[in-house]
Amino acid sequence: MKKNNLKGWLYLLPAIIFLAAFMIYPLVDVFIYSFEEEYNFASQTHTGIGTYNYSYVLHDTYFLQALKNTFILVIITVPLSTITSLLIAMALSSIKKLRQLFQTVFFLPYVTNTLAVGLVFMILFKKTAYSDGMINMLINLFGGESVDFIDGPYWAKMLVLCIYTVWIVMPFKILILTGALASVKDDLYKAAKIDSTPKWRVFTRITLPMISPMIFYLVITGFIGAFKAYSDAVALFGTDLNVAGMNTIVGYIYDMLYGNSGGYPSYASAAALILFVIVLTITCINLMVSRKSVVKV
Amino acid sequence: MKVVLENLTKIFPNRNRKIKTEVVAVDDFTFEIPDGTLVGLLGPSGCGKSTTLNLISGLEKPTRGKVFFGDTDVTDLEPEDRGVGLVFQNYALYPHLTVRNNIMFPLKNFRGDKKLTKDVMEKKVLEAAKLVQIDTLMDRKPGELSGGQQQRVAIARALVKEPKVLLLDEPLSNLDARLRLQTREEIRRIQRETKVTTIFVTHDQEEAMSISDIIVVMKEGVVHQIGKPQDVYDDPKNLFVAKFLGTPPINVFKGNVRDGMICIGGKPVLKAEKTDDCEVFVGIRPEGFIVDENGKLELNLKGLEVMGRDTTIVSTHEASENVEIRSIVSAETTITAGKEKVKFSLKPMKTFIFNSETGERIYFGSQVRKEYGKK
Repeated sequence: MKKNNLKGWLYLLPAIIFLAAFMIYPLVDVFIYSFEEEYNFASQTHTGIGTYNYSYVLHDTYFLQALKNTFILVIITVPLSTITSLLIAMALSSIKKLRQLFQTVFFLPYVTNTLAVGLVFMILFKKTAYSDGMINMLINLFGGESVDFIDGPYWAKMLVLCIYTVWIVMPFKILILTGALASVKDDLYKAAKIDSTPKWRVFTRITLPMISPMIFYLVITGFIGAFKAYSDAVALFGTDLNVAGMNTIVGYIYDMLYGNSGGYPSYASAAALILFVIVLTITCINLMVSRKSVVKV
Repeated sequence: MKVVLENLTKIFPNRNRKIKTEVVAVDDFTFEIPDGTLVGLLGPSGCGKSTTLNLISGLEKPTRGKVFFGDTDVTDLEPEDRGVGLVFQNYALYPHLTVRNNIMFPLKNFRGDKKLTKDVMEKKVLEAAKLVQIDTLMDRKPGELSGGQQQRVAIARALVKEPKVLLLDEPLSNLDARLRLQTREEIRRIQRETKVTTIFVTHDQEEAMSISDIIVVMKEGVVHQIGKPQDVYDDPKNLFVAKFLGTPPINVFKGNVRDGMICIGGKPVLKAEKTDDCEVFVGIRPEGFIVDENGKLELNLKGLEVMGRDTTIVSTHEASENVEIRSIVSAETTITAGKEKVKFSLKPMKTFIFNSETGERIYFGSQVRKEYGKK
């Protein structure tokens, strides 16, 4: 038994070494940085230990803006993308003809480069001296005023960011949900049909409970993914996100490390830890909710 | 509620679209199932019995023909409008619901003036659960039940809405041998108590014979014989039916009829008056043999299986289609072990001859054809 234990650890060793070197050590390091006040990269010195970094970050208007942006993004895109994906997955499962084609079409965004997609969105939404962009042309067609979605009002920019995010995360969700729907046994539907179950009841009482583990998986990973959003905003609004007012928490961390105002690893670490705590809390809440409502078979 | 099938036919196109051939799953099935009977659809796998069941339940639509419940034509009705109860082969219980909620599920679907109050539902659920004797397991989930218990839940769920017809698709195939015996008696009892017209599908002839009022023997979509189990056993219409029913199976020999005698291996064994000379298969039920010193059928003795109640004589013959010939004789029969040959005379009512090409039964002597439905 003991010998077996040793062997087990030996097998785990490569993974443990990598995890320790690239996950645990940096985590601890970030934790330490975040409490070292006025740390200086060049001289590797700091003036004291304390919570000033956190206080600074939490009072920084840029951080608060980033926090607000991130939360709006999370609250809108996670439910919206999950529900839309579920609808599309159900539609995909119910058609026979052209199913393969549509599956491929819906999966395309997943294999497309984020920045390339950003470019496409720019063409769709950006208002330039020469053109108002596709979307504005449509708005004009229905008698609306042109809006500058990329450099215009906050709500317009947020709208584009949300649409973009939903669009980019949907393929994966559709893929997972189509698989989940296919795994529900056909006999259950037949049994429900024999018992003259209304369609809506079949959906809420059979389909949803049966695929609930997958839905929760998507919600949890969706939350985590949305909290870590950064490249989407960069793709749409460029690297100067603070000026655009569209920064996210990860964007703020990046800026603190390398941006124009860069060179503040302490603030970056503090912000990173705040993000970590937020994600951890939300994930814990998610897991608690899921424990109650996810069907165990 | 009687169930009438009229020229019921189901043709499936080939799965591979390049192949134009079609599969006839059910071929021109006409049959009236009397109210309150238990009917066993019997046949080897792929014979169309499950398809027939699906046609009755409405899950499949017939290519031709009609289905009536009572006098109502239900052919074009969707399964939800037919009022049938169906027990699936793998039970298809809702895994996330408790036994109580599983059984209650069909009741909650009632709409309009049929809608039930919570109390009535509870009462009906409990009644159904008591009928199948699972009322002590109401708060368990299907995953926490044994196969037999799950099966009962499935039956209760099918019965709770008081269906016009109860359909069971291979209801016993997922149970172990002992539970199978027990459960089939249970199904019989439940059917007697509820008096609901019940149709069940099985490939196990013993199962079908033991509990059905009427059995329907099918092969490749074609109904071969319909009748009371004993009648079908005693009077098979063709070689397939004769072979399919009975354990141990019927012993089949290559033979012929010559000068009014049935011959096996060229030697006459039994009188068959007024029968034309022809090549035949001779089928002899295991209980159709009588050990007789003067018997005309001589078999090579291979061994004895003593059961206590009776004795099985295992022997071989060069004209036999079976590897071993099994004849069941009473335990009092004495056969000296070590003897190489054993002689039998045959019971004329347990010996059947079949046309060697078509497999159709040739009646001889006092054998009379018993048609189902004709007295």
